[in-house]
Amino acid sequence: MSNLRTEARVALAVARKDAVAELRGRHATVSTLFFAAVVLLLFGFALGPDAARLAAAAPGMLWLAVVFAGILAVNRLHLLETDDGALEQLALYPVSRRAIYAGKALGGFAVMLLLGVVVLGTVGVLFAVDIAGAWLPLLVTVVLGAAGVAAVGTFYAGVTVRLRAREVMLPLLMLPVLAPLLLGAVKATSAALTGDPFGELGAWLQLLVAFDIIMVVAGAATYGYLLEDG
Amino acid sequence: MKTRVLGLVALTAVVAVTLVALFVVPPDRNQGDAQRIMYPHVASAWLAYLSFGVTALAGIGWLWKRDLRLDAVAHAAAEIGVMFTAFAIWGGMMWGRPIWGVFWQWEDPRLTTTALLLALYVGYLLLRRLTDDPERRATRAAIVGIVAAIDIPIVHFSVEWWRGLHQTATIGSPDRVLNPAAPGIFVGTLFGTLAAFTLTWLYLMIRRYQLERAELAREEARRMDLLMSARTAAVPR
Repeated sequence: MSNLRTEARVALAVARKDAVAELRGRHATVSTLFFAAVVLLLFGFALGPDAARLAAAAPGMLWLAVVFAGILAVNRLHLLETDDGALEQLALYPVSRRAIYAGKALGGFAVMLLLGVVVLGTVGVLFAVDIAGAWLPLLVTVVLGAAGVAAVGTFYAGVTVRLRAREVMLPLLMLPVLAPLLLGAVKATSAALTGDPFGELGAWLQLLVAFDIIMVVAGAATYGYLLEDG
Repeated sequence: MKTRVLGLVALTAVVAVTLVALFVVPPDRNQGDAQRIMYPHVASAWLAYLSFGVTALAGIGWLWKRDLRLDAVAHAAAEIGVMFTAFAIWGGMMWGRPIWGVFWQWEDPRLTTTALLLALYVGYLLLRRLTDDPERRATRAAIVGIVAAIDIPIVHFSVEWWRGLHQTATIGSPDRVLNPAAPGIFVGTLFGTLAAFTLTWLYLMIRRYQLERAELAREEARRMDLLMSARTAAVPR
């Protein structure tokens, strides 16, 4: 029990460290948010200007923007650690590796959550989608989706952070794994927006929950090997 | 020597089942000759899944035992798996064009899953190429291979769901041939193809493994050479 409490404290400390670094003037989150907005704008140009078509494509655009911007966000969080051998320092701490993974993922989750909420609002404004009418299921979807991207992204950012071709390898490895999450999140979002006529919203949310749990467990179980000699 | 015999047996078996599938088995009543693609197609898909299972298991083995031979097995299986995955997709597309009218059918969960499978393991192979240190490479590859294997069933399940909530079953799925109602000769040919392809897979695995070990030994020798020449240069006589 106390062991678990220690791990939670370590995880929070790691997440807090990232948050402090972020708040002290590294403007990564702001640029990530603007990147997502630009992606949405370009989607609008690519698929518009027919309003009905844009509204129909809104859930897909929402989640592609979140996932694309998420690549930048998780990469950024690990890049922090490459300065001055910080990752080696982190690996030397006599704490459980699971806790370090949880901390990094928690920091990623915070950024992804912010990203998801902002992108959701932007989609509502740009593509005239009624978000307020279904805010609760949409918020649940965003939370679950953000958690999944953070769990998978933290793991793959850890794999690729020391590679020369990091910018290519991170999306290449991460995006196919995220395919089920993209599917579930887009389906849940469009079900929520259309008032769930087929009663499928719950099933898609369950898929997201299962995906999140499996990926968090997989990431926590393997991240230690990465810190030791990956 | 034994491996060579295995290779010859595998080659003979593949030629034999190819001849049977092309000329002996009658064409399918509904699909005609296009159905013949099914035999190598199903066999390739089976080997793709077998390979990626081996990659994941060998990866777990490496993390546990720290034996580079296990990593060589993982690499060999992944490479051969990618080849058979590509072959399965190609065969599926060739079959889809006359039967469905299109090369790519988004509503077929197997096709889309297999495409993601290819992406996952091409990524795995590229990751290996980008890491020079053998042990570091083995660890990175092992965990990526394990997570990819975990992802495969989720991908398959979600894609099946994604399409299943709207669309009824596609016409003439290849699996129908496997049902007991299918005439014995179709089933027999399919199992013959599976056996011949699996023998070929085994042969390729052994050869690729041997090659991997030889490459590693050469890498090691070169590193030792560099080390020795650096030492003689550092201590002038």
